[in-house]
Amino acid sequence: MKSAHTLVVLVEDHPGVLNRVVSMMRRRSFNIDSITVGHSEQPGISRMTLVVVGEDDEVEQVGKQLYKLMEVLKVTDLSDQACIAHELALVKVAAKAQHRAEILQIAGIYDARVIDATPASLVLEATGSEQKIDALLAMLRGFGIRELVRTGRIAMARGGTAAPTKGMTTVSNGVGDGAREPLVALTN
Amino acid sequence: MVLADAPNMTATALAALGERPPHPWTGQTLSGAQITCASLEAEGVTTVFGYPGGAVIPLYDALPGSGLHHVLVRFEQWAALAADAYARVTGRVGVCMATSGPGATNLVTGLANAHLDSVPLVAITGQVGQPMIGRDAFQEVDITGITLPITKHNYLVQRAEDIAPTIKEAFYLAASGRPGPVLVDIPKNVFVAKAPFHYPATARRAGYQPSTSPNMRQVKLAAEAINRAEKPLIMAGHGIMLAGATDLFARFVERSGIPVVFTLLGLGCFPEDHPLALGMMGMHGHRHVNAALSETDLLVNIGARFDDRATGKISGFIPQAKVVHVDIDPAEIGKNVKTDVPVVGDAAEVLKALTPLVAARRYGQWTGWIEGQRDEALLAALEDRPNHPEPYTIIKAISDASDGEAIVATDVGQHQMWTAQHFGFNHPDRWITSGGLGTMGYGLPAAIGAKLGRPDLEVWTVVGDGGFQMSLNELATAAQENLDINVAVVNNGYLGMVRQWQDLFHAKNYSEVEISGPDFVKLAEAYGVTGIRVKTDAEIRPAIARARSIKGPVVIDFVIEPEANVYPIVPPGASNSDALHRAFDDTDV
Ligand SMILES: Cc1ncc(C[n+]2csc(CCOP(=O)(O)OP(=O)(O)O)c2C)c(N)n1
Ligand SMILES: [Mg+2]
Repeated sequence: MKSAHTLVVLVEDHPGVLNRVVSMMRRRSFNIDSITVGHSEQPGISRMTLVVVGEDDEVEQVGKQLYKLMEVLKVTDLSDQACIAHELALVKVAAKAQHRAEILQIAGIYDARVIDATPASLVLEATGSEQKIDALLAMLRGFGIRELVRTGRIAMARGGTAAPTKGMTTVSNGVGDGAREPLVALTN
Repeated sequence: MVLADAPNMTATALAALGERPPHPWTGQTLSGAQITCASLEAEGVTTVFGYPGGAVIPLYDALPGSGLHHVLVRFEQWAALAADAYARVTGRVGVCMATSGPGATNLVTGLANAHLDSVPLVAITGQVGQPMIGRDAFQEVDITGITLPITKHNYLVQRAEDIAPTIKEAFYLAASGRPGPVLVDIPKNVFVAKAPFHYPATARRAGYQPSTSPNMRQVKLAAEAINRAEKPLIMAGHGIMLAGATDLFARFVERSGIPVVFTLLGLGCFPEDHPLALGMMGMHGHRHVNAALSETDLLVNIGARFDDRATGKISGFIPQAKVVHVDIDPAEIGKNVKTDVPVVGDAAEVLKALTPLVAARRYGQWTGWIEGQRDEALLAALEDRPNHPEPYTIIKAISDASDGEAIVATDVGQHQMWTAQHFGFNHPDRWITSGGLGTMGYGLPAAIGAKLGRPDLEVWTVVGDGGFQMSLNELATAAQENLDINVAVVNNGYLGMVRQWQDLFHAKNYSEVEISGPDFVKLAEAYGVTGIRVKTDAEIRPAIARARSIKGPVVIDFVIEPEANVYPIVPPGASNSDALHRAFDDTDV
């Protein structure tokens, strides 16, 4: 059964790394639902969050192909772990005087903050799951959404450990005991 | 039966990367170009294949002062492919170089070839000067971008002091784990800039840790599956040679008693004249081999990647079998074929661990059944066709003349498959063919690379009249280097393999496959080499004997039946069991 998998990919912070990842995904016809890249807690290491829709074995293949890129240090599938998966959205919504109160009320329901206002519009910032943001947007649509930007999902496992505890290589592929895991740099 | 003594790729390649005395230029301040040459020498490189141009003029300025033998090809693609063949026969990393822009793009097919066949290769390209990068400068192309999906890794070097560590890492990546091509792009001004030369002793990357030693739990599961099987079969691939595991593999086969089928690139990893060697599988595999695949209850794939030309339609491939898959690349496990027991590791290490765990057995009934599936009629008929030089007879005659000891490179097409089917490979690293990419033009440059890599061995290349016309300019290179290579042109006047598909699957619609060519004998003479024409069966063996007696390149033009087909052939999209076989009662020779 196809489902959306959230992959956390730790990569060396070099020029061209994003290109390598995306190029591999395209060439192998893997579908990227969303991708985000930013710094991680460690200097020199960037963290990507990839949302990939596919059968489990297909997604396992994504992980293995990612590992073939020299810059990829660790791939973790957060799908069967308790995790926080959020995105951020900025919404510029038309807000005539007579609608303003209603819009603010909706924003309140969804914990969205007002970060800019003009006589005719409001910019709201919302974070949370895709579903939550979808729901907020559905409520706002009637007022007129002038501009919208969504970051795509970023994710992190719940609990106290600082780094993903389990990489993808042990899944079912018989990789040697000592290989790849644990990656020293990432376990402290 | 002869067991292998030949060099083995990864093992040798890695050994070659080991400790060696420091380069005499160590500690000196050198130009980037000199550093490049010294780094190659520090890797033990002796021969490079290349072609100069603007961006690499500084590099070519430094070449004569180095100890490197540069082979000037006539087209950069053939430099990459000659280096590829050089790597295959020596087990060391092949090296090619080209200028920026068109020089670099001409390497692309060769890199793709090495990528698909897992051949260790390092390509050095010149790039326009750093201030010009991104401005569409003269002869600027984004070669690292272009080669991203067809290299194991690539680099754009930014500083002269980075050249040595980058080349170190490039060789390490090319040769280790699953080998492959690595490209190092160096801007012209970086070739000119100066830096102190220190060649690092080791290379390491956090994100690159190939798993060579297998998980013992998986090895035990594999052994259990093998010991339970009644009709097991081994699928032997290129990985066995890449791992330097041919001796270990022979021991495994001898002990387990399991019959062996070969992928196209696996040929030679175990002697074909051994009673347990069944021959090539797949699209042009022997009848009894594909029959065995249909019947087997356990397929033990060692070092092959379940290429579609080997498996045919997946749903019809090994319908009754469980699968043990040994591969150094975890991504190959389960990629094309569902695997019951995956074992990730280097074939040598896996075999060392696995062999003692498998029972010593013989499968008399099973092997007897397989032998019963042999197409005896085909062989009998092939032995007895005196009219035209029959492809089978040509291949057999070359094999006989060289006692099966020669290196045989091929081009791509029917002649390639006839050679794979009939040469009889008893040694590793002597069968040099473009498997994954099927690169026409490979044959002659491959022979050049092979001869330079193994001057001690007799070298033949079997080419079609189509593919030969793609790369015959390399006769000039062969002549210039005075290489003792024999070119057997299997001349059917057609792009034969395509014609065969049109014949069998497109109602004989021969669209653009009739191909004229020069008089290959005169052409050879124009290049200052010997040309021989063979039009009858009786002339085959004398011509081969004459070619072998002549030092230097020889071209033999074997004029064959134009519409001879390769059989068996599995129709595209069909199962291996649905192969078409040769019928002798019609005009089809
Ligand atoms: C560069 C390249 N172009 C096209 C093909 C497709 N192709 C495969 S075999 C073949 C015919 C080869 O003809 P020839 O070299 O005469 O060999 P023959 O099959 O006749 O033995 C062609 C065109 C290819 N493999 N490589
Ligand atoms: Mg031909």
